Amino acid sequence: MKVFDEYKEKLPLKIVEEVREATKGMTSDKIKKVFEKVYNEYISSLIDAGESVGLIAAESLGERSTQMTLNTFHFAGVAEMQVTLGLPRIIEVLDGRRTLATPTMEIYLKSPYNKGKDIQKIALSIKETVLDDIADEYSINIVDSTIEITLNKERMKELSLTPSAVLRAITKSSKSYSPKLKDERVILKVKGKEETLNEIYKVKENIKKIHISGIKGIKQVLPVRRKDEFIIITAGSNLKEVFKLNEVDCTRTITNDIFEIESLLGIEAARQAIIDEVSKVLESQGLDVDLRHILLIADTMCVTGNIKGITRYGVVSEKASVLARASFETPIRHIINAALIGERDDLNSVIENVMLNQPIPVGTGLPGLVTTFK
Amino acid sequence: MTEVYLNDKIIGETEDGKLFAQQIIDERRKGNLSSEVNVFYDESSDSVLINTTKGRARRPLIIVKDGEPLLKEEHIQKLERGEIGFGDLVKQGIIEYLDAAEEENALIAFYPEQLTPEHTHLEIGPLAMFGLCTSLVPYANFSQGSRVNIGSKGLKQGVGAYCSNWGIRMDMDISLLHTPQIPIVKSIMHDISDYKSHPSGQNVVVAVMSYEGYNMDDAIILNQSSVDRGLARSTYYRPYIAEELRYAGGLVDEIGIPDKDVKGYKSEKDYRHLEEDGVIYIGAKVKEGDVVIGKTSPPRFLSSIDEYALTSATRRESSTTIKHGEGGVVDFVLLSKNEEGNKLVQVKVRDQRIPEIGDKFTSRHGQKGIVGLLLKESDMPFTASGIIPDLIFSPHSIPSRMTIGHLIELVSGKVGALAGRYVNATTFSAENEADLRKELLSLGFRDTGVETMYNGITGEQFKARIFIGNMYYLRLKYMVANKIQSRATGPIQLLTRQPTEGRAKEGGLRLGEMEKDTFVAHGASLTLKERFDSDRTIVPVCEKCGMIAVYNEWKKESYCPLCGENTLINNIEISYAFKLILDELKSLGIYPKLILENKY
Repeated sequence: MKVFDEYKEKLPLKIVEEVREATKGMTSDKIKKVFEKVYNEYISSLIDAGESVGLIAAESLGERSTQMTLNTFHFAGVAEMQVTLGLPRIIEVLDGRRTLATPTMEIYLKSPYNKGKDIQKIALSIKETVLDDIADEYSINIVDSTIEITLNKERMKELSLTPSAVLRAITKSSKSYSPKLKDERVILKVKGKEETLNEIYKVKENIKKIHISGIKGIKQVLPVRRKDEFIIITAGSNLKEVFKLNEVDCTRTITNDIFEIESLLGIEAARQAIIDEVSKVLESQGLDVDLRHILLIADTMCVTGNIKGITRYGVVSEKASVLARASFETPIRHIINAALIGERDDLNSVIENVMLNQPIPVGTGLPGLVTTFK
Repeated sequence: MTEVYLNDKIIGETEDGKLFAQQIIDERRKGNLSSEVNVFYDESSDSVLINTTKGRARRPLIIVKDGEPLLKEEHIQKLERGEIGFGDLVKQGIIEYLDAAEEENALIAFYPEQLTPEHTHLEIGPLAMFGLCTSLVPYANFSQGSRVNIGSKGLKQGVGAYCSNWGIRMDMDISLLHTPQIPIVKSIMHDISDYKSHPSGQNVVVAVMSYEGYNMDDAIILNQSSVDRGLARSTYYRPYIAEELRYAGGLVDEIGIPDKDVKGYKSEKDYRHLEEDGVIYIGAKVKEGDVVIGKTSPPRFLSSIDEYALTSATRRESSTTIKHGEGGVVDFVLLSKNEEGNKLVQVKVRDQRIPEIGDKFTSRHGQKGIVGLLLKESDMPFTASGIIPDLIFSPHSIPSRMTIGHLIELVSGKVGALAGRYVNATTFSAENEADLRKELLSLGFRDTGVETMYNGITGEQFKARIFIGNMYYLRLKYMVANKIQSRATGPIQLLTRQPTEGRAKEGGLRLGEMEKDTFVAHGASLTLKERFDSDRTIVPVCEKCGMIAVYNEWKKESYCPLCGENTLINNIEISYAFKLILDELKSLGIYPKLILENKY
């Protein structure tokens, strides 16, 4: 219809489609009236030109976060699983920190398992097991220069491990070890190099960390019931390996490590993760911040295609103006670098103009005066 | 062998450390060693630590031998008769001071009934665990610890009679309360410390209620009529000092009325109070800027002036003037000499301070607040018997702070005032509260302390009965008269050309970074520019090289130091601070080139 085509250019496509759905069976006159009203509503909800959206977003988030309880930890479920929440977590997300204080995952499972089938077993298979977890005792045989490891049978049964599996894991971990099995004990001979006692002691400490089973980085697992299904909450995060498991529902499983999401699922997913993480914290503190502020911040962080934190190394270093960068942090570095390449500052943004005492190009400072000369 | 340490330095060894430590203690009690020596036998490391250094917190305890305290009834009688003092008991080895280390070796009983043969010491009393100020807080055992702490801090800030020889002292920033009183509700520490010779508060009638909203959020309402009669009135003293300094070359300062040809001479009006010797007379009413002590100094750059033989007329004016925002009456003039024998003049200026809105008051329980309203007696609420409170205190200050001591003091104060006696409110050993209430009932008042009251403005009876009684209130040394500040235009800093900072320099209030952000958020771009116009300047800029040019005021033309006169020079308006940063960049060897464009 003609009306639709007309408004396709004026309104976002999604709104036009919505109107098309809602006005099915109406006369074209009526549809036109509907469109007029929709269009007026749309125009009046647009942000005015020259509104300092970024600063308002910063103030909206910054002011509310002063009311947050500092350093709150949320305990998920019964067991002592700590998750950083509150201001420290917001800072962590917005700074774009690569190493998190408490990385966690929420693993959703596919149909039979999410009702509780084998949940304990799946959880344990995800948890990382190192040699130290299943070893009872290490003893050093000085004569043969070997290390004898006594394994805990009960623990191994729980994790459904066999001694031969352990043997394979040790062999896989490094070529310099040659383990053998002898009456439920692993006897380990160190190959190559001098077999000094010192060396053997070092090896003894090293082998404690040999990965036996489970997923690397997952230090704790906790199956909990959420609504009417079981999920597994973990301490430690390794999304890539968890996705490989057949029982896992990859469409819903998430981690709180934004960089992991970025590398695995792309920048759009990371942007959504930032929004979700920030909203989650604000919600848990009972603060009401308009989502659009958070959207803007997340967009700013992700606009380059990589996650950039709101720090002097991240978003701020992307600013076009030398003076704006220098006014934030480490001014000398910015000024000297600018001088080296002869940078030019066009004074297009707010802070430079404040420094020069010129009207800032927002709000009332934006429009220029147009006159016709006679 | 046991190692022996004196002030953490090893000095030798001994066979039996425990015995050695005991011997030192015995000698100390006999008086052969200083009572300030403390010794500690550390069993875990088998060493003896002797301490004689400063900075150890020590407290007195009664010595116990074989389960019997050495302090006997006869000592107490002698103490009461004034035959011996506390120091004598220390000398006799009946009471000793322990530091934190020696306390580890002691077993201390709280009460005599608890004594066993193992005990080594006995507490003198529960009050001994507090310092002087905290002991002066009544009913401290009824209030939250943090509030007792604040209460004891408040006592230190109260204005009062801080010493007896204040008339001849030249203390800085001191206030004296005109009619200080002894508290009706007092602890035994008030008697011990001779509080009556240096009290710092007044007993006032307090009603706990809200009235017209002027005492919300820790504010209090004061009775204007009580203030007119002299309640909480104080005098503020400030000394002004001038010295005749001697300089190299035999030149000296000269105290006297400066000649009119002196460099920096103020107007004749400013010197009007000075007598012939250049010092102000007692009783002179002075305002800010008035000269208190006239003085001239020799010229600054001595040698160069000597060469040109221009010594006479170049003495500098260096009088002492009343500070900005102050004034009063000259109270006391002192002419004397300093350590080097130079003439020293000190002038003390007094200023009467009548309580006004914004002055700070506190009870002794950490319930501090500022005056929100001064209300005439005729408008204040009154009780059925016609009592009008001096002070109205907000009940909302009580629940979250849990200062129950405050409420009990109000009741005991009422009892004390009605019965004409002092009430003992010593922490942990106060008079029984139930007995006080009975006494209040027998005096013809409700034992709860509440009374029927009437609205002073409308005359209506309040639906609720009001908790009213007497309390000891202190006026604190923080007064609005010392803090009030305003400015339209005024002095600017030499370097940045921005307004000066701080009240003493008649400074402005800074519109800081975050305040700036609010203007940006509103989009009030031009308002923001106007706010920051305080240091705006117009500078000529050479369009060829982009550097700041020079304006020749005499020739009325600009020229560029680099490009000369034949270049396009335009005036631009920037902040002086930005001109400074350009200069700093230039000094770093960075070339900040300004490229001008037409604005329109």
